[in-house]
Amino acid sequence: MRSLLRTFLLLLFFTLLPALPARAQLTIEIVGGAGTTIPISIVPFESEATWPLGITGIVGADLARSGLFRLVDYAGVTPRPARPEEVRVADWRARGADAVVVGSMRALQDGRVEVRFALVDATKASVLASQVYTVAPAQFRATAHRIADVIYEKLTGAPGVFSTRIAYITKQGSRFSLQVADADGNDPQTIVSSNEPLLSPRWAPDGSRIAYVSLEQKKPVVYVQSLATGGRQAVANFRGSNSAPAWSPDGRTLAVTLTRDGGSQLYLMNADGGNVRRVTQSAAIDTEAYFMPDGQSLLFTSDRGGSPQIYRMSVGSGTVERVTFEGSYNVTPRPLPDGKGMVFVRREGGRFQVATMDFATRQVQVLTQGPLDESPSVAPNGKMVIYANEQGGRGVLAAVSTDGRVKQRLSSTATDVREPAWGPLARP
Amino acid sequence: MRKFFVAAIAAVFLAGCASQETQPEAPIDDKGAATASAGGATTSGVGGSGVGGTTASGGAVGTGAGGSPLRDPANILSKRSVYFDYDSFVVKDEFRPLVEAHARYLVANRGTRMIVQGNTDERGSREYNIALGQKRADAVKRTMTLLGAQEAQIETVSFGKEKPKNPGHDESAWAENRRADIVYAGE
Repeated sequence: MRSLLRTFLLLLFFTLLPALPARAQLTIEIVGGAGTTIPISIVPFESEATWPLGITGIVGADLARSGLFRLVDYAGVTPRPARPEEVRVADWRARGADAVVVGSMRALQDGRVEVRFALVDATKASVLASQVYTVAPAQFRATAHRIADVIYEKLTGAPGVFSTRIAYITKQGSRFSLQVADADGNDPQTIVSSNEPLLSPRWAPDGSRIAYVSLEQKKPVVYVQSLATGGRQAVANFRGSNSAPAWSPDGRTLAVTLTRDGGSQLYLMNADGGNVRRVTQSAAIDTEAYFMPDGQSLLFTSDRGGSPQIYRMSVGSGTVERVTFEGSYNVTPRPLPDGKGMVFVRREGGRFQVATMDFATRQVQVLTQGPLDESPSVAPNGKMVIYANEQGGRGVLAAVSTDGRVKQRLSSTATDVREPAWGPLARP
Repeated sequence: MRKFFVAAIAAVFLAGCASQETQPEAPIDDKGAATASAGGATTSGVGGSGVGGTTASGGAVGTGAGGSPLRDPANILSKRSVYFDYDSFVVKDEFRPLVEAHARYLVANRGTRMIVQGNTDERGSREYNIALGQKRADAVKRTMTLLGAQEAQIETVSFGKEKPKNPGHDESAWAENRRADIVYAGE
C-alpha cells in the first residue's frame, strides 16, 4: 500500500512538475457570521473510524463555513445514534440542537463503501432527508459535500454549493496559473499556466469548459479549454484586443469584447468561435458583457454616458437601457441567479466596493468595504459572492453573502490570487 | 497511465503581417503535433485520478534590424513610451514629437508594421481597463494616421492593468503604468 502510494506520488510529482509551485491550496475561514444560525449536531457515522478520511468532519466543516449553521457537540450522548429511530428528542433538546445528522458506513465486498445518512428534526424526531450512497473511499470527500448540500437545502431552502468548484488565477513569481479547486479550496489543479497574464475565467454552464483571456501572444486572446482533456481553442484572436468572454445560459454562445472594427464593442459568437456578429454600435467603450439567466438580455459596462455605468441590452431587439445612475463608476455586472438583481463593483470616495442592486426598486446594498475589491462572482445558489481584493499589496480572495452578513477570507500561500469564478451546480 | 496531449499553437505573433485580420486559430488540442506557443503556456485537463498535461514553449521571435534608427539611443525613434494623465486618452504635447517621428518613419517605410500596446494603472475593473488601455493605444494610432501612416501598418492592443511596468501602489507607479508602448514587427 505504501509503495503504491509512493509510486503514485512520484508519478504525480513528475506529471505536475511545471505546475507544482502554483498548486497552493486556499483555506477558507469565517470572519463575520450571520445573525442567526441553525444549531445542528453531526454525529460521527457508525464504523466511520474504519477509514482514515471520514465524512462527517467534512460535512460539519462545510456547514460551519457557510456561516448559517452552528455545530452542537454530541459528546455525552450514549449510545450514539446511527439511525433516525435511535434519535431521542430529550438528548438534543438539552443540547439546543434543532437538527441531528446520523449515519453509518459499511465496507462492501468490492471495496466500495455503503454510506447511509439521515437528517432528523431533533425537536420532533422526524426524518427530513435520508440517502444511501455506494462509493469508493476516494469519493468520500465528494460524498460529504453532497450530504452537506442535502442538509443545507433542507434547512435553508436554497441549494447547497458545497459540491461546486471555483476557478481563479494565481501569480507566483512571474508565472500565472488558472486553477480549479473544490469550493472548499481542496484539490487545486492547474489547467493552464503561462509567463504572461491570464484573466477573466468563465465557466461554461455545464462546467465542462472554461473560457479565459491569455496575453501569451502579446495581446488579449480568448480561449476555451476543456477540463476533461486540457485541449483548448483560441476562439477570439482578431486584430486588436479580444477580452471579457461570457457564456450564454445554453452554453452555445459567447459574448466577447473585440476591437477589430475600432473601439471596444460587444460581439456574439458561437462557442467554437464561428458566426461572429457585432451587437453594440457605439462610439464608446462597451465591455464586460454578462448574460442574464434567461439568456434574453445582456448586462454590460459602457462609458457612453460619460462615465462607466451598467446597461442592459435585449439580445433580440438590441434595445439598451441604463441600469445604474448613482455615482461615477459602476462596473462588472453579475446577475443574480433569479434574474431579479445583480452584483457589481462601484467606486465611492476612491474605494472600489462590491454591491448588490435590486432591479425593481433600484435599491443598492454595499457588501464590502474596499478599497480595491473587484471581479465578483456569484455562487450558483445566489447566496454568496466570491471576489478579489488586496491585502498588503498582495491579491487575495474573499467571499461575502449577498445579504452582507456572512464574510469569509480565503487565504493562500501563493503570492497572488485573483479573478475568482464560481462554477455551476451541475458537474459534468 | 495518463495521456499527455501535445499542443500545437501556430506561432503567429507578428509572423506575417499585422495588417490582416487574424482569424481564430486552429484548435491546439491536435494530438501528436507539436509547435511553439509565443507565451510558453502549459495546459492540463482536470481528471478524477490524474491530470493530463501539455507543454508548448519557446516561440520563435524575429530579430530586430541591426543598426536601425529604431535602436539608436540618440534617435527619438528609440523612445517608445507615451504617458497619459489619469482617466485621459489625450496624447500630451510633450509626447507629440515622439509620436510624429514614428509616424514619419511609417510613412517612409510602408512595409513596416507596429503594434501599439495600451496600459492602465491598477485601479478599477480588469476588463474595463483592457478597454481603457485600448483607447490610449488608439489615440497614439490616430495621431500617426493623421500624419499619413496607414491604418494597416498599426495594430492597437491593450494589456489593461495586467502588465504594470512599475509594480508599486502609489501615484508615481500609476503614472508610469498609464502608458502606450510602440513595438515594431519583429522586435
